[in-house]
Amino acid sequence: MITKASMSRRVFLKGSAALVVGIGLSGSLGKAQGGEALSRSLNPGDLEAWLAVLPDNTVTVYSGKVELGTGVDTALRQIVAEELYLPFSAITLVQGDTALTPNQGYTAGSQTIQVGGSQLRKAAATARQALLQLAAKKLGVSLDQLVTKGGYISPQNSASPRVSYGALLGGQQFHYAVDPNVKLKDPSQYTLVGTSVPRVDIPAKASGKFTYVQDVRVPGMLHGRVIRPPTTGATTINATLEGVDESSVAQIPGGVKVVRKGNFLGVVAETEWAAIQAAQQLKVRWSVEKTLPQMGTLYNYLQGLKTSDQTELHTGDVEAALAASPQSLHATYQWPYQIHDSIGPSCAVADVRGDQVVCWSPTQGVYPLRGALAQLLGVPERNVRVIYVEGSGCYGHNGADDVTADAALLSQAVGRPVRVQWMRWDEHGWAPKGPAMVMKLRGAIDARGNVAAWDNAVWTPTHSTRPSGEARNLLAGNLIAQQVPTGGPVGGDRNAPVYYRFANNRLVLHWIPIASSPLRPSALRSLGGVQNTFANESFMDELAALAKADPLQFRLNHLDDPRAVAVLQASAERFGWKSGPRKASSVSDIAIGQGIAFARYEGRNAYVAAAAEVEVELKSGAIRVRRIVVAHDCGLVINPDGLRNQIEGNVVQALGRTLKEEVRFDSQGVQSTDWSSYPIITFPEVPTVEVVLIDRPHEPAVGAGEATTVVIPGAIGNAVFDATGVRLRTVPFTPQQFLAQASP
Amino acid sequence: MAQLTLKVNGKAEVLEVEATSMLLYALRDNLGLHGPRFGCGLSQCGACTVNVGGVAVRSCVTPVSAGVGKEILTLEGLSSNGKLHPLQEAFIAEQAAQCGYCLNGMIMQAKPFLEHKPNPSEEEIRQELSNNLCGCGTHLRIVRAVQRAAKAMAGGVS
Repeated sequence: MITKASMSRRVFLKGSAALVVGIGLSGSLGKAQGGEALSRSLNPGDLEAWLAVLPDNTVTVYSGKVELGTGVDTALRQIVAEELYLPFSAITLVQGDTALTPNQGYTAGSQTIQVGGSQLRKAAATARQALLQLAAKKLGVSLDQLVTKGGYISPQNSASPRVSYGALLGGQQFHYAVDPNVKLKDPSQYTLVGTSVPRVDIPAKASGKFTYVQDVRVPGMLHGRVIRPPTTGATTINATLEGVDESSVAQIPGGVKVVRKGNFLGVVAETEWAAIQAAQQLKVRWSVEKTLPQMGTLYNYLQGLKTSDQTELHTGDVEAALAASPQSLHATYQWPYQIHDSIGPSCAVADVRGDQVVCWSPTQGVYPLRGALAQLLGVPERNVRVIYVEGSGCYGHNGADDVTADAALLSQAVGRPVRVQWMRWDEHGWAPKGPAMVMKLRGAIDARGNVAAWDNAVWTPTHSTRPSGEARNLLAGNLIAQQVPTGGPVGGDRNAPVYYRFANNRLVLHWIPIASSPLRPSALRSLGGVQNTFANESFMDELAALAKADPLQFRLNHLDDPRAVAVLQASAERFGWKSGPRKASSVSDIAIGQGIAFARYEGRNAYVAAAAEVEVELKSGAIRVRRIVVAHDCGLVINPDGLRNQIEGNVVQALGRTLKEEVRFDSQGVQSTDWSSYPIITFPEVPTVEVVLIDRPHEPAVGAGEATTVVIPGAIGNAVFDATGVRLRTVPFTPQQFLAQASP
Repeated sequence: MAQLTLKVNGKAEVLEVEATSMLLYALRDNLGLHGPRFGCGLSQCGACTVNVGGVAVRSCVTPVSAGVGKEILTLEGLSSNGKLHPLQEAFIAEQAAQCGYCLNGMIMQAKPFLEHKPNPSEEEIRQELSNNLCGCGTHLRIVRAVQRAAKAMAGGVS
């Protein structure tokens, strides 16, 4: 049932789509500064927060979830068009703007389709019901006599004229509440959802017409750059700005100004080149405390920290089962700090005039960032408008929020709009890191060759120090206030519980306090899911080998969910899995092996299995992945090609994280601040990737942005073991790592 | 500040720039182009690639003065009269992008390559692009797009 929301009087939409849609996205950036009066409710319970039907019969969708390069701009439009019986081209999407879109938190955790898509689906279905009610009244026929097609409603079996959505609304907003129980279109009727609609953004991106945040320019804008302390990337800054010699940049033309606030230091100039030169040439004195552990001792150091311990689960009696079992094993797995591989460093433009603030930012959460900025700048939150503009690929909490704060502080200091793009070393060095983790596992096999006991202990910091309305969670805020970021324990437990059914099963989490984490930890694709699944799926393989079992069958023996079984079998079948326990390969220079891994993401979302074929050059220790087959079930598939693109990207990025990526640091800070000291995967290293999609139209659409990442390291490590008998328990699997394990 | 003239996408442009500045900033900040992108400033990632005199160069480390008197081509200059270049069409047809930030470099690296090597093997394409980085993992689609463009440029069906 559709109910009218009890809302105050509202004004009419002012006619054209351009007025609303253009702001902050193309061309009309200047308009945003004025802050046009918005009388539309942004309350997620109100339909008008999500959708507007314009007189030309097009629909504007307001989404707090944003396009990070994953294709959701297209997929969300598909969902709305489907539910409203409209052609795809009738939908435009306004993303992430505190003045225009509802608060949907962060675009993160593979939840845009899963949560945001579901919200929009209900909003669109509510809108259709509202339109039907209006049509019934206008046409004088009962609801069940109406049919909808292409944005028009007409009476069935009647000569009465059809009426358009736009005419029914008459330029007004929807004054309805979103019905959480609204009847949704039956998936068997879908014509758009489930088809590979080409992405709306690619033509502009391929022709140089797309406006990334790096391309945003506003009148009167200056260019800024920041200068950081030498304790690069450390959670606790451990440095004090002792002096700045402004005369050292006096010779640089371009009106260079130095801005200092505590340990926050930046420069602005009329040209970008002048700002870059000034930031590099400015003479600065820091006093520094070197407090980071030696990199070679990191994993012992983490286990020696005072932690907050929590037994997350304990079924049966693990100790008794371990003691009673004829065969047992223990193993320790280690994962290094990793960075975001965003090719373009973070960038933002801010315009702070008095207590009025407008920022164009590639943030994952315009609202949580708004609160943090307000605190940092000392202005009321309502005076801050944050407008999302897409940046370079975003795989989690990179420098996007920090750079917005940098731009805002510089703009506040000089009273003009300032654009800051981080330099490569800023992004590599200072963007939050995907945390290093240690996973210690113990397990046992019973007489029948099944898992008798499974015992897992995980050392992890939180994987989220996102802005969350806290100035100290922005790097500039940390520098000024000398306060480390804050945040509850998040993500380190992701996929730590296995999806296998074990009678005796324990998981203990050792949460490392943020302040004790050597490098600043936060969200990187899958949070702890990739570290934990690497450990779990490697250890599962170790137990299979102990039981002299086929690794695939051993997994199947411990699963009771048909969807889990289906992805494992589908990947194995397409891969051509050779059953049986491992046989020692014949001695040659190159060893070839197969490996498999499975996970259900977060224990409740997408099912994914990957099978890998690798070759190992035994003399050099070089590992080459030849082929990876992924079977993937995320319920209803919105856009199959978009989904494949995501899965392929997960595979390739995770491969680089497994084989190559590791942040290098010394006692002062991060040392790997470019692509040569922190290499990522390159074209010649990318294997063949095959994807098997299992579409389940009547199951909810769950996220696909991260799930595949988590199974890749285990599949590769297991294949290396199959090829060589060498078990790799520390990422990255470099040649040195292999050789060290091969000849202990 | 120095005044110099660059010929960009077929048009002579008079610019006021710092003499020590790099070509990338002239193209982006003076001319407002969006194609060439800042990625590293170190010639490591390829996001800034443009063609100078028919050769793929990294504009982030190319002094602006080195562009004087040469034909400079950017991603924007590939299409003519609204008709996209076969490489651009191929990237769209293969949906060869996620964030797309690296796309400029991929296309501007591939263009002179395909002009000199009309029928490259997959291995040769991978080698040619080995110094162009992509963080999203779109590599396989990019290789397919370059293969598709090669066929189209050699007179096959796009």
